[in-house]
Amino acid sequence: MSENLTGPQVPDARGYFGAYGGRFIPEALIAAVEQVAEEYEKAKHDPAFTAELDLLLKDYTGRPSALTDVHRFSAEAGGARVLLKREDLNHTGSHKINNVLGQALLTRRMGKTRIIAETGAGQHGVATATACALFGFDCTIYMGEVDTERQALNVARMRMLGAEVVAVKSGSRTLKDAINEAFRDWVANVDSTHYLFGTVAGPHPFPAMVRDFHRVIGVEARQQVLERTGRLPDAVVACVGGGSNAMGIFHEFIPDAGVRLIGCEPAGEGLETERHGATLTKGTPGVLHGMRTYVLQDEDGQTVESHSISAGLDYPGIGPEHAWLKDTGRAEYRAVTDDDAMQALRLLSRTEGIIPAIESAHALAGALVLGRELGPDATILVNLSGRGDKDMHTAAEYFGLYDDAAQGEKR
Amino acid sequence: MTSKLSSILAATKAEGRAALIGYLPAGFPTVDGGIRAANALIEGGCDVVEVGLPHSDPVLDGPTIQTADDIALRGGVRIKDVLRTVQEVAGTHPAAAVLVMTYWNPVDQYGIARFAADLAAAGGAGVILPDLPVEESAQWRAAAAEHGLDTVFVVAPSSKDPRLAEVTAAGSGFVYAAAVMGVTGSRAQVGELAEDLVARTRAVTELPVCVGLGVSTGAQAAQVAGFADGVIVGSAFVQRILDAGADEAAGLAAVRALAGELAKGVRARLN
Repeated sequence: MSENLTGPQVPDARGYFGAYGGRFIPEALIAAVEQVAEEYEKAKHDPAFTAELDLLLKDYTGRPSALTDVHRFSAEAGGARVLLKREDLNHTGSHKINNVLGQALLTRRMGKTRIIAETGAGQHGVATATACALFGFDCTIYMGEVDTERQALNVARMRMLGAEVVAVKSGSRTLKDAINEAFRDWVANVDSTHYLFGTVAGPHPFPAMVRDFHRVIGVEARQQVLERTGRLPDAVVACVGGGSNAMGIFHEFIPDAGVRLIGCEPAGEGLETERHGATLTKGTPGVLHGMRTYVLQDEDGQTVESHSISAGLDYPGIGPEHAWLKDTGRAEYRAVTDDDAMQALRLLSRTEGIIPAIESAHALAGALVLGRELGPDATILVNLSGRGDKDMHTAAEYFGLYDDAAQGEKR
Repeated sequence: MTSKLSSILAATKAEGRAALIGYLPAGFPTVDGGIRAANALIEGGCDVVEVGLPHSDPVLDGPTIQTADDIALRGGVRIKDVLRTVQEVAGTHPAAAVLVMTYWNPVDQYGIARFAADLAAAGGAGVILPDLPVEESAQWRAAAAEHGLDTVFVVAPSSKDPRLAEVTAAGSGFVYAAAVMGVTGSRAQVGELAEDLVARTRAVTELPVCVGLGVSTGAQAAQVAGFADGVIVGSAFVQRILDAGADEAAGLAAVRALAGELAKGVRARLN
């Protein structure tokens, strides 16, 4: 049996991590969610399932992903040794493919032929469209209209892979509304369709199942760091939007009490402004998208719009296991501004020749601060969850990298 | 003690007809306009009114109701305005029952006990909370029972028989049978799944079974009244007000007329 799918026994049978999680969904979806839960429970103990997944992760995704020492970048982090877990080197360019392949196998087991998904930056959408092409499923991706504009390249990639991309025009026209629209589609088409949820959020069993499919990140990284340095890292740092890459790398380290787990969420234009997505720092417990968790909301329980320069982190909720880790103190959550993330993005690009996704740059910015706090004896493991190709337009505009001629041609 | 909702549904049954249940969101197009519209539903022939508490993330609603919710929220509607809507409508029409329909988070944030107490004080008869499954509802049901409020649960064509028994055992007032697998919105045909769902639900509960999702015409109301205890209509009313735009009088006339047509429908009982 694959070691990658089972870990400590949370959540409980009702899908709760402490006070967070659960299942807050319309009755029409109860049967479908129960089917996913039952099928996943069987699959994770089925050697044929785990063997097929392991093979896909190895031969298709390219796992294990590398662990990279970034010496020149480390010099800027107070001299602390920074190690990058290179999920950006996975096929499709991010950690998202781990979960998608697992759920695609599950979809086939359930006898469904169509997959729907939501996406913010497009990493999950591209990964989902990729798996649908590989498995021969019909594929519809919901994406907020704002995000289709700032992530036009990924929209084109999804279409190239055969997916239908639906630009969602309701609400804030970002990830939150794409999720709402995907839920509506699922209610209407649940017989044929699996909703391939893209992060460790939503109704039980999605938070636990998506985490399990990403546990491979932490399982590999823990072993790689031990082999490389002879000890565990002092801290593991990851960006947090919905929280899937962070849960993936954190989970294996949870029993290691000496390893600090630090999630970096988007402070956007600043926590003192309304333009941020710092759900754990500024949110309060509530119910959104089928789960109880921290939510950016007003006192009437209406969701407040989030903001981040990274479409992938622009979400007013958070996976319930993170809410639990925050309350128990096992993980710490810090907020990183758009500007600090962009500076970290440029720094890694120029010191190491690695252009990270803007999401991942939030974790890098967090590592720079943490390294200065911990000093040169510390080892910091950073999850480089995705590569920056999709964000080049945003970065080029941010840093003024288009010359006038190119700008004129583009417009 | 028999609840107001139970009394009304018993009375319509005694009349040999189905009940007519209408839905409109509070604060749409304005708070006072919404109160007048809800009153017009009753004056047109609705026995029960569901007052929607607009939500930023209405995952079970289609574009029509979501548009109305957006208008209400942009207009600044607050929970206190929803409660005032209930109070005004219940006060004006004491013979009708006024329910609140909303998603769980607004109630949870307002405070479970506080919401139950304030809704009861406003003259509300109960709630429908479509994203609060039975498993998560114990706290709410306790508070509701304490204040004499009914909790109406939704069942869907995908609900298996044991689940129907579990859900209906927890609910009161009536059972909301979702006629189709889908979100709210008018449809050309009411789902064929509805009649089967009503029959399966009746097999496990004594509660009246009312059918919603998709009904928009008198003929459809008559068809549903042939096999259900009540007919629930929402999006068609909302659409009338959207169509009337800034002309509030026209909107009110249109919802009153539609309620009248549907009220005839529930008395026609095709089949």
